[in-house]
Amino acid sequence: MQLSYYPGCTLKTDGKNFETSALAVLDRLGVSVSELEDWYCCGVCFSQTQDNLMQQVAPVRTLVKAKEKGNPQLLALCTMCFNTLKRSIEFIKNDSEKMDTIHQFMDLENTQFFGDEIDVVDILTLIRQIGLEKLKEAIVKTDAGLKIASYYGCMLLRPKEIAIDSPDDPVILEEILESAGCENVYFPFRTECCGSYQIVNKPNIVKDRAKKIVNSAVKNGADLIVMLCPLCYFNFDEIQLDIKKEDASFQTIPVLYITQLLALLMGLDPHIQDFNLHAIDPRPVLKRKGLL
Amino acid sequence: MTKNKTVSAHQISHENVDKLKDISGVNVYACYQCGNCSSACPAVEFMDIPPHQIIRKVQLGFIDELLESETPWICAACITCTVKCPRGVDIAKVMEALRQLVLRSDFEHGNLCEIEDKLRKKLPQIALIGNFRKTIL
Repeated sequence: MQLSYYPGCTLKTDGKNFETSALAVLDRLGVSVSELEDWYCCGVCFSQTQDNLMQQVAPVRTLVKAKEKGNPQLLALCTMCFNTLKRSIEFIKNDSEKMDTIHQFMDLENTQFFGDEIDVVDILTLIRQIGLEKLKEAIVKTDAGLKIASYYGCMLLRPKEIAIDSPDDPVILEEILESAGCENVYFPFRTECCGSYQIVNKPNIVKDRAKKIVNSAVKNGADLIVMLCPLCYFNFDEIQLDIKKEDASFQTIPVLYITQLLALLMGLDPHIQDFNLHAIDPRPVLKRKGLL
Repeated sequence: MTKNKTVSAHQISHENVDKLKDISGVNVYACYQCGNCSSACPAVEFMDIPPHQIIRKVQLGFIDELLESETPWICAACITCTVKCPRGVDIAKVMEALRQLVLRSDFEHGNLCEIEDKLRKKLPQIALIGNFRKTIL
């Protein structure tokens, strides 16, 4: 299986652990991905306006590059990128008038793009396509007995036109973790918003959200929270230390990208991951469970 | 009991009602005020006007009042309201349109220099760009 791969900005910096672990996991599962030679920022937040096509130029330019690369499937690891690219496709496909206008603002791109040539996929759907049986075979540490709270966030589930699973009651993360030999923890806040970019100007909203969500995961007995979004990750990791300063009874919990956990369960070299990027160090719990 | 409000013609801005419709493409008149959006919104406690009341005020044409509200700037576009709406009203798009109505005359909302120094150095690109996309035209 061959796919093109679009990393997005954050996976090259703060989200490095996500990229390195995801590529290693996919390699073990026999999928080869090749990064686009040329890609642009997707714009992070999809513009929900109907009358401003300028905001679609950035994601469409990346999609044009993906078309030139030749593979029909484009893997977007970052969930914000996945959401933006996918919604852009939904917005412009089968609308030649919109595409004509956008092409007029893309002088550097010579390839005609119609909107439905590229299928943007996320890593969970990809793993399901590869097959949960195959994933099970690749797991070597089957007796870790980890209790996992899986956090979906917003971008993979909403709006429903682009959702990878049911927006109300998704199961895909739990299915994958179960196949990987983990125990899923019931966790009512798993699809709730973390406050997203409000961390920049209104960090109190994010702090409030993070506290509620983390508390719920801890109370339900989770050892770890796993997630996929680099922004949720940022909003959950270091902020826990701030919350702890204000409220001594608050219990912190390490946060991992799902692929970091899968890589460890597959017995892949832990040195591909940089645990110093974590504010809440996951190493103690991983060691206790025999994964390090 | 809140005081009953008197509605007068000068509160209603037809021009902005049309603009909001053009930007969002949403038919707000489908809303029957069940309040599902407000009960599902994870940030409602920080808002001065809850989402279902925003839609009610748009229906009545009180757009100018909404341009002063903090609610659209609290909304982080998580789309929970839209998913929960039994009438298919895309509330998140209305919020975006309200932000755009302000930005298209002011270009910027809030002050970018107000980001805490300590925080700015750590923020990932994804947070900064997301914030800029929503608060700068």
